[in-house]
Amino acid sequence: MDELIFFINKVIISGTVIGSIYALGAVGVTLVFGILRFAHFAHGDMMTLGAFFTYSLVAILAAAGFSLPIPLGIALMPVAMALTSVAALGLDKGFYAPLRRKGAKPVTLLIASIGVTLMLQGVIRLFYGTSTRTFFESEPKDIFRIDMSWAGGTRPITITEPQAWMFGLVVVAVLALHFFLTRSRLGKGMRAMSDNPDLAQVSGINTALVVRVTWILAGALAAMAGTMLALDVSLKPDLAFNIILPIFAAAVVGGLGQTYGAIAGGFLVGFAETLAVFDWTVFLRPFRENLPEWLATAQGLSLVPTEYKLTVAFVILVIVLLVRPTGIFKGLST
Amino acid sequence: MALIEVKDVIGGYGGAPILNGVNIAIEQSDIGVIVGPNGAGKSTTLKAIFGLLKVTGGSVMFDGQEITNSLPDKLVPRGLSFVPQEKNVFTSMSVEENLEMGAFIRRDDISGTLEEIYAMFPVLAEKRRQPAGELSGGQRQMVAMGRALMSKPKLLMLDEPSAGLSPKYVLEIFEHIVSVNKAGVGILMVEQNARQALAFASRGFVLASGKNRYTGTGPELIADPEVAKSFLGG
Repeated sequence: MDELIFFINKVIISGTVIGSIYALGAVGVTLVFGILRFAHFAHGDMMTLGAFFTYSLVAILAAAGFSLPIPLGIALMPVAMALTSVAALGLDKGFYAPLRRKGAKPVTLLIASIGVTLMLQGVIRLFYGTSTRTFFESEPKDIFRIDMSWAGGTRPITITEPQAWMFGLVVVAVLALHFFLTRSRLGKGMRAMSDNPDLAQVSGINTALVVRVTWILAGALAAMAGTMLALDVSLKPDLAFNIILPIFAAAVVGGLGQTYGAIAGGFLVGFAETLAVFDWTVFLRPFRENLPEWLATAQGLSLVPTEYKLTVAFVILVIVLLVRPTGIFKGLST
Repeated sequence: MALIEVKDVIGGYGGAPILNGVNIAIEQSDIGVIVGPNGAGKSTTLKAIFGLLKVTGGSVMFDGQEITNSLPDKLVPRGLSFVPQEKNVFTSMSVEENLEMGAFIRRDDISGTLEEIYAMFPVLAEKRRQPAGELSGGQRQMVAMGRALMSKPKLLMLDEPSAGLSPKYVLEIFEHIVSVNKAGVGILMVEQNARQALAFASRGFVLASGKNRYTGTGPELIADPEVAKSFLGG
């Protein structure tokens, strides 16, 4: 039983955590791709920016002696989401919109977004330095331990308070996005523009408005993903830059422009990573007496060492692209 | 006064102009048909009216106002609708969502118009939840027309509505176009099936090399031996 609990803690919970973050990130990437037809490389840094917005708000309120029964990072996240949406609109107005007006190709916009990546990271370092920070200086990070003794386990299933919030909020975000895209006039207009930009224009859809809504959504989702990642681990200026590649892999695996594909891709990549680095020898322990010696004493039976976790995303990407070149859900191309 | 008046329009895609002085005038009660050989500038004329390419000379008046080089998001609310020849449905969206997108500019209740479209194309009512990409060519053309009618246009422009359809559907689409016109919507369309389309056209325009060659009622043009010989295949 303890082996199973270990598996739940190491794979199910960790996989859901990283899968949620990949999924939220990939949805933002895929929405921007669907509407503007370019790979927005700076999405990861919008995530980091959102996390720093949350961090700053938390620091200000904590310094004022303010506290809440829920983590301040969760409570203030909506404000940071709004701020990041404004920042995303500003980035578009300042960098991408002028390029689009000149008829820039997708690759030009992609390279511009790499520039924005470097700029955002530079700005964050300018204000906050390069040190690693935590949200839990002034308040404790509560850990829920679910007692498993009723099932014969000696160890509990552990889940931190921010993780529990994350699971709930990701479900809320996905449902909200689903209803926006399938029920609201603007959401349908977004899908229409992603499906067929020329026909959207011919139909009189206000494409400039759709672009703005896309950046607002991308900014909000980025801030949410970034804040959750920072709450789960720690906050540093290259927080999400380090995971932008698996996020893109998740978006491509799901089919670019496909919102549900990005969610599926995010969880697929997240779980594959945690499964690949999981040490399977744990499950050999109960049978140790009956196994040949070389197997009973085997150390570290994981598919890949932790340092190579990032490669898992690309292995999945390559396999999916070989079998279904447009991703699991049929995606767009530039 | 004509609903739409295209006067000596010159325009193209940036290089040499494709339109070298096109003149078209249509009343709301008219069905106007533009015919002519390949490369005559038929589709280009519709796109020039709809702001999809730059007009460098001449003017376009619609409903008493100048609309030269106006963009679709201004033209659709004024009562102009356009059905492109290709890629004219949102393939990943349901039939009903396609129709809703045609009414994107409207802020009033669209359910009445939706029912009118379904009454006109009963097959679409059956398939309202199905993605438009799964429909046959003829049904897609109906979705495309329905989408364009959802904005309650005064003038509906169609670019080769019969292209790629089987003869049975060609006839059906033409019948629908006539009934839309009877309901009070002006029609301006480009057609490859020239003889068939001119037969029900109240205004016919024969274009060649980006210019008007002949203008008249549909039956007049069909009866003209010169037009018949050069443009209608004898």
